[in-house]
Amino acid sequence: MKIVVTVKQVPDPNSSHVLEADNTLGRDKEVVLDPGDECGIEEGLQLKEAHGGEVVLVSMGPERAKDAIRKGLSMGADRGILITDESLSGADAYLTARALAAAIKAEQADLVICGTESYDGSTGMVPPILAELLGLPQLTFAKKVEVDGSKVKVNRQTADGHMVLEATTPVLITVTAAIAEPRYASLKGIMAARSKEVKQLSLGDLGVESGERAETIESMADAEARKAGAVIEDDGTAVDQIVKFLADAKVL
Amino acid sequence: MAKLWVYGEMSEGKLNATAAEIMARARELGDVTAITLGAGAKAAAALLGKHGAKSAYANEDSVFDEFLAEPATDALADLYEKESPDLILFSFTSDSRDIAGRLAARLGVGLISNASEVGAKNGGFTAKVPYFGGAKVASVRANATPAIVLIRPKSFEASETGGTAEIKELAVSIGDASKRARVVERVVEASEKVKLEDAKVVISGGRGMGGPDNFPLLEELAGALGGAVGASRAVVDAGWVPYSMQVGQTGKSVRPGVYIAVGISGAMQHTVGMKTSKVIIAINKDAEAPIMKMADLGVVGDALKIVPALTAAVKAKKGKS
Repeated sequence: MKIVVTVKQVPDPNSSHVLEADNTLGRDKEVVLDPGDECGIEEGLQLKEAHGGEVVLVSMGPERAKDAIRKGLSMGADRGILITDESLSGADAYLTARALAAAIKAEQADLVICGTESYDGSTGMVPPILAELLGLPQLTFAKKVEVDGSKVKVNRQTADGHMVLEATTPVLITVTAAIAEPRYASLKGIMAARSKEVKQLSLGDLGVESGERAETIESMADAEARKAGAVIEDDGTAVDQIVKFLADAKVL
Repeated sequence: MAKLWVYGEMSEGKLNATAAEIMARARELGDVTAITLGAGAKAAAALLGKHGAKSAYANEDSVFDEFLAEPATDALADLYEKESPDLILFSFTSDSRDIAGRLAARLGVGLISNASEVGAKNGGFTAKVPYFGGAKVASVRANATPAIVLIRPKSFEASETGGTAEIKELAVSIGDASKRARVVERVVEASEKVKLEDAKVVISGGRGMGGPDNFPLLEELAGALGGAVGASRAVVDAGWVPYSMQVGQTGKSVRPGVYIAVGISGAMQHTVGMKTSKVIIAINKDAEAPIMKMADLGVVGDALKIVPALTAAVKAKKGKS
């Protein structure tokens, strides 16, 4: 079974996010493989271990994003593809998905695994656009995946439980963080990753025109902060004060 | 007048509440046509009429309930050819996300996702979108026609206008090629007494609760107040409570009358899902926790002592009145 996992390099969730003048991310700051994608890679590796095949990581980003791919290769993925092109700077979900689709189409994968949304952009739109562009059905928000021959069964997270979904390969799935606990890369894995192939492709190589952006960020501001209210130490009267607040809010 | 569509997501015969919320803004931006697909679609279309939709297309074919995303995408793409609306609004919820993404790709237009506001500007549309877990808010202009925007739940307050929509049957013909992602079964894991999204009071617990064994303290307080219990991502990831209780960017968005955050530090990931609550009360042992800077009342103290005492006080007061 050939498995493609999409991966993204994102600002470290534990760092402060400084934006450049053009509202793009200052990505030479601390960057990491998206934690959600680590779960996708883990699921891909477990399926390969159970059913055989190959795990290919596909990413779009600046050259530095090779580090994110290399991290996944050190976990055990077989090879990587990085789409990198000047004209992709600030790409929206649609252009990102078009670039990824062109690279993935050539791989003829049985299974394409994506995170439900990236940590930084959080649009969650690359997977469904990608599924449509690749002409694949999509099984989304999976917290469990079972593969039996060409049949793929997924437990999809819902508000109060899950939904069981089925489709036959080739199929695109998105996975939540509940899917699998990502493994740590072993020293052997890290050494092996150094010699694994990471192919670099430009938009020209893929025959994709960058075209007009579907959206333009006009401005970026700090989120409106709520005004802080009273902060009190609990000196024994805290409960009375909370009760008064609840009564004022008419819930008591 | 701009022509708008609002897609009303159906689940097991019921309309997702976000569609009515979106109507509150959509009806100010132009003439709204609601579209509802699947079991219960006609009643849902009528309901959206009460919220300001001038017209509606509905189709109750079971194909929309049996297969994910593709049949609805086909139906919307076909209707787009005939109606060509200027703006299509979806809720930022699982099924709608799947459909909106596919529709955008089908129409070749891209879209704006995860928005908390949408408005008209210079003959086009702009949306406000939280970035980095809610630390920043971007103002984003849609360049393509139609503009497609996905709105986060609880971004607007639903209100009825007393209007009526003219409901038309949407003619559809869904081919086998779109019947691929089959819904086999729906399983309820946690039966909530009060739905988290609808609760007037939400009490959420975080790491400061010390462990899963202490969550019943929150359940008791919620019981006394007629509210529901939520949780931070940290404790869901740690396996203390199920995902269905998670409030935040990757969980549920809530907008209760009162939100009580217990032992939650207030990471952006969490606050983006609750910061529009009318009143926020925080109980935390750390006076410097970010949640204290946004709470209307911040109590610095031991949650494990304060919560049971509060439950007793609430019960006593309710007993009197």
